[in-house]
Amino acid sequence: MSMRKIFVAAAPALLLALASPVAAQQSPNLGKPISPEDLASWDISIGPDGAGLPPGSGTVKQGEAVYMAKCQACHGEKGAGTPNDRLVGGQGSLPGDKPPVKTVGSYWPYATTLFDYIRRAMPFNESKSLTNDEVYGVVAYLLNLNGVIPEGETMNAQSLPKVAMPNRDGFITFTRGK
Amino acid sequence: MKGTSRSEIEHVASNGLLHRRMFLAGGAAAMGAGAMVDQAGAAPLVVEPWMKIPGAPFNGYGQPSKYEEKVARTWASAPGTSGTGSSRTPHHLLNGMITPSGLHYERSHSGIPDISPDTHRLVIHGLVKRPLVFTLDDLGRYPMQSRIAFVECAGNSGALFAKEPAAANVQAIHGLLSCSEWTGVMLSVLLQEAGVEPAAKWVLAEGADAAGMSRSFPIEKALDDAMICLYQNGERVRPANGYPVRLLLPGFEGNMNVKWLRRIKLTEGPTMTKDETSKYTILLPSGKALQFVFPLEAKSIITHPSPGLTVRGPGLYEISGLAWSGYGKVTKVEVSADGGKSWGQAALQEPVLSKAATRFRMAWQWDGGPTVLQSRATDETGYVQPTRSQLIALRGDRGIYHNNMIQSWAVAGNGEVKNVYA
Repeated sequence: MSMRKIFVAAAPALLLALASPVAAQQSPNLGKPISPEDLASWDISIGPDGAGLPPGSGTVKQGEAVYMAKCQACHGEKGAGTPNDRLVGGQGSLPGDKPPVKTVGSYWPYATTLFDYIRRAMPFNESKSLTNDEVYGVVAYLLNLNGVIPEGETMNAQSLPKVAMPNRDGFITFTRGK
Repeated sequence: MKGTSRSEIEHVASNGLLHRRMFLAGGAAAMGAGAMVDQAGAAPLVVEPWMKIPGAPFNGYGQPSKYEEKVARTWASAPGTSGTGSSRTPHHLLNGMITPSGLHYERSHSGIPDISPDTHRLVIHGLVKRPLVFTLDDLGRYPMQSRIAFVECAGNSGALFAKEPAAANVQAIHGLLSCSEWTGVMLSVLLQEAGVEPAAKWVLAEGADAAGMSRSFPIEKALDDAMICLYQNGERVRPANGYPVRLLLPGFEGNMNVKWLRRIKLTEGPTMTKDETSKYTILLPSGKALQFVFPLEAKSIITHPSPGLTVRGPGLYEISGLAWSGYGKVTKVEVSADGGKSWGQAALQEPVLSKAATRFRMAWQWDGGPTVLQSRATDETGYVQPTRSQLIALRGDRGIYHNNMIQSWAVAGNGEVKNVYA
């Protein structure tokens, strides 16, 4: 195979020859192996089945304290919004032609997404600073404000994936032409 | 040049749209010669100072002329932030198919991170046989490919869903679309080295910004044309566009082309991140929302004339604009000068590339009367850009994203151009 062919056709050729030692030699193979432990600090995404949820837990009450200290300035009292996104209410506002109120309670299909997003991106000016317990607590508080879980509930790796979000069945996977 | 008499000029639609041959064969110049010369004549020529003294010295990195300062992005930030939101490309002040890197639109979810190329890492893990970490030096040693591709924010043109037409120009309405030459390593090459497990059906891409922007996409895209980009228009990717490395998923909505890429994780199913559930989903009148709407459908915009570019009296003009499709090549752009009643086919400027912006041009003899200009793109799948009422009939007007409806520009008798619904 000429150099030109190797470069221009690299991707398909390599894929067709996955098991071939010749193919392996054609790829630079510069990546260094890494263990799950060594990449754990970056492996922060949480699947909708709860895969990736860390140990720890938080109650609605614990979450309220965290929310008031670290979230309320942007998201308002009890998640009412302003100056930034509203987090509570809006259930029943999705159908029709009036402006929808899309919140955690009315729109988000998975509770696991809340944990994922708050831990990775919030609070806005110091993301990735909350402890896992604090994140579980804030998630519990927001779910309770939206009437999704009762006040006495504790969120952890077992309970969070089981939370039934009101808009869980609100999404249609897009197929072109349908 | 062979002369073209007035009677030979071929009208292809009403209100002065002329056959594309006019521009391709130089017919416009021939036509102008007879019809448009100002009998008063030009002023005597001046020998200016710059013609007589040495000019400026060299410098390390060139900048546009100081006379072009108005050619700039405009932006809006989320409350309480300064770099979170979007900035828009001034298409009315540009021509060609490539967006200058400094004018490429931006969408950032937590500002532009200041990433050191020495410590940046790209990790590939999840359902792979060998989790791998790459440095930038590593990536720079791989065989590279270049392609010209547009990137368009899913929210581009969302302003056209408003009940009443906004007093806004092409930058404000359609400025979240840009086109660059991207150079980098095919993601499939790196995945091959890591060894894809058969159970891997989806890929999560994640940024190193403070928002940790993350999106899931099907493994088929990763093995098809996904690219790990190191260069944009020949130089390293600009910080605002993902320095030192970004993902390019040609044709897919902008935010999926994750900037500041730090992590690729292969998974069985989609991760259901915030931005693929609560954000970039399309709410329908039924209350259900379309999810995983990835490629952007065919679309076109007239950039010249457009609001702010006043047409200066009757005469021959070039109508030009951009057309693109996330599903492949643009095969046809039609232009109307009567609000969509009749259409003429525009000339497509070569090169016409898959999933890239294509410049179209059309000769227009404006008679000075009020009119409405529109353009309509067709792509290689046969898809035709819809009218505003067609798109709203399909999805309502609350969907925010993937608005590719036909834009109408009204040209008034005084030559002023404005956004209208027609």
